[in-house]
Amino acid sequence: MGVAKYTKDEKDRITDVTLQSGIHVKTVYGPEDLERVGFSYEKDLAQPGQYPFTRGIHSEGFRSRAWTTRQYTGFGTPEESNERFKLMISHGQTGLNVAFDLPTQMGYDSDDPMAEGEVGRVGMAIDSLRDFEIAFSGINLEKIGSGLTINAVASIMLAMYQAVAEKFGFDPKKISATPQNDILKEMIGRGSWIFPVEPAVNLIGDTIEYSMNVLPRTNPVSICGYHIRESGATPAQEIGYAILIANAYIDNVLKRGYDVDDFVGRFSFNLNVFGNIWEQVAKFRAARKLWARNLKEKYGVKKDSNMYLRGLFGGGGYGLTKAQPENNIMRGAYYALSAALAGAQTIALCSYDEAYTIPTPHSAIISLRTLQLLMDEIGLRDTVDPLAGSYFIETITKEMEQKIEEEMAKIDKVGGIVQAVATGYIQRLVSMQAYEYEKGLQSGELKKVGLNIHTEGEPMDVELHEYTGESAEKQIASLKQLRSERNGREVARTLGELETAAKAGKNVMPYLVECCKAYATVGEMARVFRDVFGEFDEPSLF
Amino acid sequence: METRHIKVLVAKPGLDGHDRGAKVVAHALKEAGMEVIYTGLHRTVDQIIRIAIQEDVDVIGLSIMSGAHIPITQKLVKLAKQEGIDDKMVVVGGVIPARDIPRLQELGVRGIFPGGTPFSEIIGYINENVKKS
Repeated sequence: MGVAKYTKDEKDRITDVTLQSGIHVKTVYGPEDLERVGFSYEKDLAQPGQYPFTRGIHSEGFRSRAWTTRQYTGFGTPEESNERFKLMISHGQTGLNVAFDLPTQMGYDSDDPMAEGEVGRVGMAIDSLRDFEIAFSGINLEKIGSGLTINAVASIMLAMYQAVAEKFGFDPKKISATPQNDILKEMIGRGSWIFPVEPAVNLIGDTIEYSMNVLPRTNPVSICGYHIRESGATPAQEIGYAILIANAYIDNVLKRGYDVDDFVGRFSFNLNVFGNIWEQVAKFRAARKLWARNLKEKYGVKKDSNMYLRGLFGGGGYGLTKAQPENNIMRGAYYALSAALAGAQTIALCSYDEAYTIPTPHSAIISLRTLQLLMDEIGLRDTVDPLAGSYFIETITKEMEQKIEEEMAKIDKVGGIVQAVATGYIQRLVSMQAYEYEKGLQSGELKKVGLNIHTEGEPMDVELHEYTGESAEKQIASLKQLRSERNGREVARTLGELETAAKAGKNVMPYLVECCKAYATVGEMARVFRDVFGEFDEPSLF
Repeated sequence: METRHIKVLVAKPGLDGHDRGAKVVAHALKEAGMEVIYTGLHRTVDQIIRIAIQEDVDVIGLSIMSGAHIPITQKLVKLAKQEGIDDKMVVVGGVIPARDIPRLQELGVRGIFPGGTPFSEIIGYINENVKKS
């Protein structure tokens, strides 16, 4: 039943349905509804591949190209992650989506006291270029694109990705990295922030500016409505905030004197899929349309292909339950279906055991098979935007568009997205909504199979990924060895130049690449930024 | 006789930034009439102990989603003992697999609330078990 609210009469007949974004759903839809919402075929729909891209960004949809499958993968040492990457590729996965451990995400080396107990736990531990050389060994980086799920130190990881590609002899102009690199969403939810808002956004501007010139196939930023939704936002807020955040990054690069058409075509999005299926479909269709319109009308983007909302629609973590975990396999299939019905370019799913810990190879492959099965067995590649023209879908797509615009207007009223994040306005709002949602689950008002209906007494045993301290010990030992072997003078020189550049407000990317090539560590580079930029002061919520 | 509200420190130790659960529980405890202090993210165990002493809380609630609940809790319990505040109730919530519950209990954790635990259970547990001064 997703997260829509249902009112029923005494005979169990549904009398009212309200989607999470506040849209009322009627019993029956007809042409009068399209008229009511002011639907126009040319303005609101048009052909697939045509502005405003409601029907998808490619004229032939999945006929010309199936979606990319990109399961979130990485744990332990670079060796262990490399093995898992290759396993996923050997099972037909077409892109990587790299998980880093928390010390790496937070800019600490594996031997830092802050890293204790966390090395290699929720992702792979990366300290230096040497680790990337192991992690990506034997993978053709000109063929396989890599999502790098990292934000506060995304600039460092992108520089390292370039360094490893060059070391392997690949052309930086042909490699395709997608660092997540969305710090404003980290401040709303997920929490892997380090630096204050302004320098943090500026670092993102640096990566965009640098990619434009040096890494043209890289998608330097992936704006994540995903985690905003996970933190308690509605689907309409998820999209509204994501667009406003993207605009904040655009504004940063425009200030540097570029034309918006030079860079915005490489922006990508990461959006969530759990909940009511119709609402998700309407959300993705409305999001494509609003993003295109935002770029055309607000920023004067000229080239059609620069207005595409490209992205990974997937995950669905908050929709999964610990109770009866195998049900999550079915949930994942329906979430992927909603993404596919809405024309996703890339899909990934949370695996059924992820409410417990990071996935086993078994559960990760079930997720991949789910995506492959949908693509090849039930006809999702047959025709573009199969739901188009449905009175219901077109009406709620239009209504969703209005809801998203309302959410955006509310943020403008409190001083814009940067202000709304820096003051904690959004964090307060979504955490209150998360609380209400949780109360709804606990009272049974929101139905969830296995959790509050059709429950079973005893929790079942799940085979879980095992974390042992062994990977951490190995990682720390290899870091110590690296420190003794590398050219210390070169490390100090490149870090010194990085510091000078950061202080002078220069684009730090070329300096980071030099640091990486000298085998400076993530912790050392992040330390330079910590000293120059300071740290984010989290707004207090209670 | 003066009745004082139960004071709970909701803490996010370590590097994990997933704070939906911590904030949701904080809202629930507040609504149940408790006084709630939320540490914010990325706190060291030392910082948490210091706040617990300064604020003289009755309960230290750790929210840990990364899987590092055992090493973090171990460290906190040890430091609480050193600082002479091991009379404070320590409870742990987050992504806690069932197999780790006995180990946490051995460490002296009195309430363990894996994700999805009803608020009523957490509130009831704290109300019943906090020694009221």
